[in-house]
Amino acid sequence: MTDNIETDVVIIGAGPVGLFAVFELGLLDIKCHLIDILPKVGGQCAELYPEKPIYDIPGFPMVTGQGLVDNLLAQIEPFHPTFHFNEMVESVEPIGTPEAPLFRVRTAEDGTTFTCKAIIIAAGGGSFQPKKPPMENIEAYEGTGVFYAVRHMQMFRDKRVLIVGGGDSALDWTVNLQPIVKRLTLLHRRDAFRAAPHTVEKMRALVAGGDMDLHLGQVTHLKGKAPVLEGVEIKKDDGSIVSVDCDVVLPFFGLTMKLGPIANWGLNLHENLIPVDTEKFETNVPGVFAIGDINTYPGKLKLILSGFHEGALAAQKVHRYVYPDKKLLFQYTTSSTSLQKKLGVTA
Amino acid sequence: MGVIHVTDRQGQRHTLECVEGWRVMEIIRDWGLPIEGVCGGACECATCHVFIAKDWVEKLDPATDEEEDQLDTVITHPTSRLSCQIIWTPDLDGLELTLAPANG
Ligand SMILES: Cc1cc2nc3c(=O)[nH]c(=O)nc-3n(C[C@H](O)[C@H](O)[C@H](O)COP(=O)(O)OP(=O)(O)OC[C@H]3O[C@@H](n4cnc5c(N)ncnc54)[C@H](O)[C@@H]3O)c2cc1C
Ligand code: FES
Repeated sequence: MTDNIETDVVIIGAGPVGLFAVFELGLLDIKCHLIDILPKVGGQCAELYPEKPIYDIPGFPMVTGQGLVDNLLAQIEPFHPTFHFNEMVESVEPIGTPEAPLFRVRTAEDGTTFTCKAIIIAAGGGSFQPKKPPMENIEAYEGTGVFYAVRHMQMFRDKRVLIVGGGDSALDWTVNLQPIVKRLTLLHRRDAFRAAPHTVEKMRALVAGGDMDLHLGQVTHLKGKAPVLEGVEIKKDDGSIVSVDCDVVLPFFGLTMKLGPIANWGLNLHENLIPVDTEKFETNVPGVFAIGDINTYPGKLKLILSGFHEGALAAQKVHRYVYPDKKLLFQYTTSSTSLQKKLGVTA
Repeated sequence: MGVIHVTDRQGQRHTLECVEGWRVMEIIRDWGLPIEGVCGGACECATCHVFIAKDWVEKLDPATDEEEDQLDTVITHPTSRLSCQIIWTPDLDGLELTLAPANG
């Protein structure tokens, strides 16, 4: 059974720009749902640089990536947006007319559908997906001998498993899978791991006890007649080559951003960006807006503050689609009691 | 003024004029070679990964821990560096490097 959710607006991407759009829409009484492939809010700020300081957010001499995201969440709290995490928006289908747009939005994982009057694409640099290492012919083994994530641990029971990487994912899966697999090998390019110290200790104890192998080097190529993987060849730093037999390779090289399914939604694209006008930030499809890093227009700067501005202007036009008969009144949050009521700051 | 020599992924060598104080990633990108530099030099993406010619490795400041951590996210060679972490100075006139393969 798939659910269908009806709402005013679906926001694709819960990065800083998608989050602030909730605020601007909320002031105009527009309800929204946000969808992100990540398991959390914050987009690049939370995934790529949570600890790094940002110095060009107006009104904040300094705020960290995560600090900004936390503040945005607090700011939009009065509007109770609904978040859908770990879900990739797969398709967007117009089912209305240009004058009264209506859309059906579908996600990939559990196939939830949404019906909404407008869509705001705040997809940044695209959806976060596992980095695929540049190994020759790797695609031919994907799903049989190469996996970028572990969905069911049982799939690897009694297999010879090679994990590649030195971060938390690589180390966590090393200690989690070791007890059920036939033989576990961890491969990393150097003898230093940027994972939780106790996990690294656990791994080292397993190696010392002879319960798993650790190699330092890089995979040079995959062996076996695709799609059946038989092993890999590893080049060590001293130039020597070793061969490791395995049934499965799990490369954990972190995440990268890819445009993904957006390319198939009938939107004009320019070098993987969505052209918009600078009055409403609407795309070539009426009712579909694009704000933040994903859009392009003359003079575009990929800055968070630009994305905030774009969201405020897009919300004005969204209002026309959601409430075609209502006149929009321009008001300040400092002086409007009706806005303050929405924000929950008046009695 | 000085130059760096950059071999692209097709094996073609380009000689690029440099600006002192720029990151090598920025110089390469400014000349229009296909280097992504997604994070703008914040050491957070490794899309500026290059292989330094052997003779030049010792002449560069060694990689910081942060750069090493980020290099963990790509397939490295012994001379791998992130070009956004190398600031160009006239000492690096003639620096020779190759763009690493892009991630899939
Ligand atoms: C290291 C670094 C430092 C930076 N420093 C600054 C700075 O100092 N000042 C500044 O203004 N900017 C800075 N930026 C840029 C800033 O982070 C971006 O401009 C900002 O994150 C863009 O926000 P966004 O909401 O448009 O997109 P993003 O933050 O990229 O978020 C987009 C979200 O959409 C999701 N998504 C995309 N497609 C789909 C789909 N089909 N289905 C589901 N989810 C999807 C992605 O998973 C992602 O979470 C920096 C960036 C980096 C990497
Ligand atoms: S440009 Fe991102 S790490 Fe160098």
